[in-house]
Amino acid sequence: MRRLADLYETLDQTTSTNAKVEALARYFKEAPLEDAAWALYFLTGQKLKRLIPTKLLVGWTQELTSIPGWLFEEVYASVGDLAEVIALLLDARERPARTEELPLSVWLEQRLLPLRQLDAAGQREQVVSWWHAMPRRELFLLNKMLTGELRVGVSSTLVVRAVAQVAGLPAPSVAHRLMGTWTPSPTFFRQLVSQDVSDSDSSRPYPFYLASPLEQPPGDLGDRAEWQVEWKWDGIRGQLIRRKGSVHLWSRGEELITERFPEIADAAAALPEGTVLDGEVLAYADWRPLPFALLQRRIGRQKLTPKVLAEAPAAYIAYDMLELGGEDLRSQPLRERRAKLEALLEDVPRLPVSPVVQAATWEDLATARGEARARNVEGFMLKRLESPYLTGRKRGDWWKWKIDPFTVDAVLLYAHPGHGRRSSLYTDYTFAVWNGTELQPVTKAYSGLTDAEIGRLDRWIRAHTREKYGPVRSVEPEQVFELHFEGIQSSPRHKSGVALRFPRIARWRTDKKPQDADTLDSLKELLHASG
Amino acid sequence: MTVTPQGLYCVPGGFHVDPWRPVDRALITHAHGDHARSGSHRYLGARAGKGLLHRRLGADATIDTLDYGERLRINGVTVSFHPAGHVLGSAQLRVEHGGETWVVSGDYKRAPDPTCAPFEVIPCHTFITEATFGLPIFRWEATEQVAEDILRWWDANRALGRAAVLFCYALGKAQRLLAELAKLTDRTVFIHGALHALLDAYRDAGVHMLPTQPVSQVEKGTSFAGALVLAPPSASSTTWMRRFGEHETGFASGWMRVRGNRRRRGFDRGFVLSDHADWPDLLRTVEDTRAERVLVTHGYAEPLAHYLHEQGVDAAPLATPFEGEAED
Ligand SMILES: [Zn+2]
Ligand SMILES: [Zn+2]
Repeated sequence: MRRLADLYETLDQTTSTNAKVEALARYFKEAPLEDAAWALYFLTGQKLKRLIPTKLLVGWTQELTSIPGWLFEEVYASVGDLAEVIALLLDARERPARTEELPLSVWLEQRLLPLRQLDAAGQREQVVSWWHAMPRRELFLLNKMLTGELRVGVSSTLVVRAVAQVAGLPAPSVAHRLMGTWTPSPTFFRQLVSQDVSDSDSSRPYPFYLASPLEQPPGDLGDRAEWQVEWKWDGIRGQLIRRKGSVHLWSRGEELITERFPEIADAAAALPEGTVLDGEVLAYADWRPLPFALLQRRIGRQKLTPKVLAEAPAAYIAYDMLELGGEDLRSQPLRERRAKLEALLEDVPRLPVSPVVQAATWEDLATARGEARARNVEGFMLKRLESPYLTGRKRGDWWKWKIDPFTVDAVLLYAHPGHGRRSSLYTDYTFAVWNGTELQPVTKAYSGLTDAEIGRLDRWIRAHTREKYGPVRSVEPEQVFELHFEGIQSSPRHKSGVALRFPRIARWRTDKKPQDADTLDSLKELLHASG
Repeated sequence: MTVTPQGLYCVPGGFHVDPWRPVDRALITHAHGDHARSGSHRYLGARAGKGLLHRRLGADATIDTLDYGERLRINGVTVSFHPAGHVLGSAQLRVEHGGETWVVSGDYKRAPDPTCAPFEVIPCHTFITEATFGLPIFRWEATEQVAEDILRWWDANRALGRAAVLFCYALGKAQRLLAELAKLTDRTVFIHGALHALLDAYRDAGVHMLPTQPVSQVEKGTSFAGALVLAPPSASSTTWMRRFGEHETGFASGWMRVRGNRRRRGFDRGFVLSDHADWPDLLRTVEDTRAERVLVTHGYAEPLAHYLHEQGVDAAPLATPFEGEAED
């Protein structure tokens, strides 16, 4: 545990990428295999689920520190990280500087995971005894594991680089071996760094290749004929695998979602052995995508009743082929992969091929882009026909050319404190538009301002507070912001009757007065445009 | 005492304490910007802080002073200043009238500080306390420990040929750091121009600190590899930083107790060091004064007042624009 705490501290205290990779590599080299496997588990963003309800952890902390509930809330609002709050509050008592050192794997396998077998009283006894015996930084890490929040703030790319460095392997091989589900065991870690290339897990997906947003005019990409253009689907990116007699559907978040989409799994069962496709899960009927909201509603359902399946039937629009007949096609040019894809999926129900947009010039394409909203798509994907299927976000071969976002001018009405690194600032805001003579809150937004603007707005908020409701403040309705969003849907759950998708702040309109803000009616007109 | 639009006001005495707008007669606890504002007709403060008050209020401001503990009668009200342990010359103001005693603490801390006289407990009926760090998560470690951590960080960067740029508030914290580090080393420290004049005020008062050299007086092109540089936080994202080449940044402040505060501002290291009382010391001080009534100002006034109230103390927040360490 101390070794992990040292690593965490080093990673936390540097902004240099190289220093981070170096620290990670040193850890993987020096730690015992069983510890390295667990560290990797957390470093790649996985967590222990449902160990102890956070409510209990909060309760025990309050009992031990005699902090009343409202004060705990106040502290939490100011720190924004439960594990840290508990560690800081428990720091009141004398803490041992150094304690008995247990390896990370022992902590996890013999202490934390067995907590699941205990009742609340037993859990309390265990956890409190650990709390008493740990220095603060290790206590903080322990809490992070208990709350399932241990994220170390390094991207998986860096972790992969570090493992690759230790193993003497190319990074893409390591990335591939880390895909899918794996158990943090010495065996797994040994296989991960081994030079042996044979791969036993048939469910394992390939790392996804991600497109970059197009910031230059498409004409700068050169000859239109070198590019394949598709609609950019507004669904769930997924990799569909048909190997060894079974089907696996992976989301980009590396979650297995096969069971959520039985109709896709059924259709894919007919594919030949050793097929892997890249594509998008959509709500889809009559060869046409339905609005994302329908798919979202389906994801939200615990049980897939026949009614749910009928309301939002799903399809998998395939746009690339990564493996055929068990052969890895990723180094072949898109032109060839596409030809194989079209040949394989001719008229397979539920598995349509993402059509190629036939516009001869970049200008024609710009015109066609106007249809995007009516088609329920987000814009275009531009893919270089000669490109191999790469790993991660590599600029140059795949671009997403999104349609311009919707905009609305809205008035700042409430401010909420941020979390984590922005815990002492008001960083989350509720915005309103005019409904008659009243300001009607319509959306929350928290991204889009610079740090300097956030600081300036924070000071303004503190000086213009009307009322406080716990950590939330209502402010004078004076500041106007231009918000961008990707879509709008009617929502009975919201008082305004509408919900915005991906709202963010485009700019602070200091040039506008609150009376210049938009109205709820004008917002509702967009409902039709948004489908 | 009441709060007027100009600030805290003593009605029978006819004077304001740390007013935020110009008044006729201002009694000042210390030279930080949220307590000492220019434009008033005449000022009264503790003698030990006179030099700093002039730097803040202007050389031609009318400033009378009293020694710590020395009493003065103003319109039948007895006033005196007592050490607050916050920064050089900082004082609590004791106000006595008709058998009632008030103490306005200004800002204070209980931890030892080689740059100023230690906090003195003044029993009173009404105690006006600060609450810059009035939450139970704020607890300070021993100053020597923090100074050693800073020295170790400086040495680690020195070993790698890097500069270590340490941000800290220009009045109080910088001098305290230089005085604490002087117990551990005698190396010269580079300083930002904003610190220069304030350091002189401390040296004039006889405070022993590490030797310093203003960055502006270093010849162009000189390497800062291995140097420690002190600068106010406002310098952190300016072009002024470019001259240091490869460097790490640190920030010495009570706010560094919370990890997110450091991460948000992008500092490599946070050193938890404050010139304000931490939560246990706030509670201890309230108890030590044996005050019947406690009014709370700065930052976390509401939670501290609420907590004291639950503990059976007659406490309430007092709305002021005092900012505490954020603006110091
Ligand atoms: Zn102060
Ligand atoms: Zn203050």
